Amino acid sequence: MVALPYLWLLLFFVVPFIIVLKISFSDVALAIPPYKPLLEWVGKHSLAVKLNFDNYAFLFTDSLYLHAFANSIKVAFLSTLMCLIIGYPMAYGIARAKPAVRNVLLLLVILPFWTSLLLRVYAWIGLLKANGVINNVLLSLGLIHEPLTMLYTPFAMYVGIVYSYLPFLILPLYANLEKMDWQLLEAAEDLGCRPWQAFYKITLPLSRNGILAGSMLVFIPAVGEFVIPALLGGPNALMIGRVLWDEFFANRAWPVASAVAILLLLLLVPFMMWYQSVQARESAGAR
Amino acid sequence: MNYRSSFFILTCIGLGFAFLYIPILSMVVFSFNASKLVTVWDGANSPTLKWYYALLHNEEVLDAAWISLKVAVINASGSVILGTLAGFGLARFSQFRGRFTLNAMTTAPLVMPEVITGLSLLLLFVALEELIGWPAGRGITTMTIAHMTFSMAYVTVIVNSRMASFDTALEEAAMDLGARPLKVFFVITLPIIFPAILSGWLLAFTLSWDDLVISSFTSGPGSSTLPMVVFSKVRLGVSPEINVLATITLGVVSTMVVGVSLWMARRAKLDAL
Repeated sequence: MVALPYLWLLLFFVVPFIIVLKISFSDVALAIPPYKPLLEWVGKHSLAVKLNFDNYAFLFTDSLYLHAFANSIKVAFLSTLMCLIIGYPMAYGIARAKPAVRNVLLLLVILPFWTSLLLRVYAWIGLLKANGVINNVLLSLGLIHEPLTMLYTPFAMYVGIVYSYLPFLILPLYANLEKMDWQLLEAAEDLGCRPWQAFYKITLPLSRNGILAGSMLVFIPAVGEFVIPALLGGPNALMIGRVLWDEFFANRAWPVASAVAILLLLLLVPFMMWYQSVQARESAGAR
Repeated sequence: MNYRSSFFILTCIGLGFAFLYIPILSMVVFSFNASKLVTVWDGANSPTLKWYYALLHNEEVLDAAWISLKVAVINASGSVILGTLAGFGLARFSQFRGRFTLNAMTTAPLVMPEVITGLSLLLLFVALEELIGWPAGRGITTMTIAHMTFSMAYVTVIVNSRMASFDTALEEAAMDLGARPLKVFFVITLPIIFPAILSGWLLAFTLSWDDLVISSFTSGPGSSTLPMVVFSKVRLGVSPEINVLATITLGVVSTMVVGVSLWMARRAKLDAL
């Protein structure tokens, strides 16, 4: 019964990675497809494997790629942090609301998630651009005298990422907080704990798995994000997902793009495994 | 339990939802704006439906929407079948060879950056074509296969968690009364997990309908999807027609999401009786 999905994922999810790995070791060639075969017949009966580490060496010598990697991690990390700061009180408030209100609020968190990411990112172009909504409002209120430059800056990119990934953080965090035993908090307060202390000593440690799961759901995809830096970040927004895209589509350098993909994957695999272990703990009910 | 929240929490919720909804509402408002400048309100001639008219007569957009619709429907139906089988297997059989791998393979696509999934699938299709001549070129077929691969992971998670939360005694009782496993599945299990399957279908449809990155890698000439057309337009700046598209999308999605939630809440109430 599970054979069908199993084989499907093996063929369309696992095998492709092996091919990416293979192509990342091939030479670039002016051909269709634009890479040379890894295995070549030498003479009549011997097969030679030509492993080529040039693509990787290239990534480490050209500072552009290392910069892009470092910058992607920085952007993803800071965005995750900002999502936590905005999302934690929201998830907490929703979990503590009356059941009827709670369902409506949850629906409101989920709704943007169902509408196209592309369109939601596009909305920010209209808000942030020079004659956009925010500038028009600030100008008409007399708070500023000339439009602020916001679009095509790192600021716009951060706003876009935090905005798009916020629901991914709120939902697992809410699911975790909802299961919490609030009597613990009441007990702590009865015993003289101040609300902030009770939060710091009880709620925060108990929601650890929710925080980790939500953060991972933001951090991992954000590292490889392409659409948001491409639309909001301007030409200097160096993110690795965008570098991979350009290598592939603009430069037709498939082996280089593959090497970028492999390095990105190596970077993210520890986080993915961490996420999976957090999920396993959470569904086992162990806190 | 005490449901009162502090002023601080209420403020955070208010600001948080303002952050989530102001951009969306701004698109809705400006979709009725007559001005070509999009974000500068032309009070004399607005509100107007002229951009709605323009969008619904835009051949490029309509063609792309038709392709997106085909891919999304086939994808949703296919991933529901694959995802239900996988979710059922993971929830009901605690020990089988490859359980760990299947679990990992159905969680990984959820967090995999899209550029990696897209690139790897494209390279697979190219390699397969060289090797066995299939798929001949890229287009709707390759795109649908790519979408199914990541959509089924979401369906698996939904079905799996629904399976984990319902009483196996019902299945066992049916089995004791002599029903064969296949009959038990169709008569008992399937109706119970139907809400999960429906959510899975809708989610798979939406994921496919919205996808830009994986589609761009795996589509071919003449099979541009709606997000691909939108992306190329948006790169050039704001366009009133895109606001219209966003408003229509939002209308359809919210009707659907609210409708399904109400239906499920009613069902849950009936179940509880």
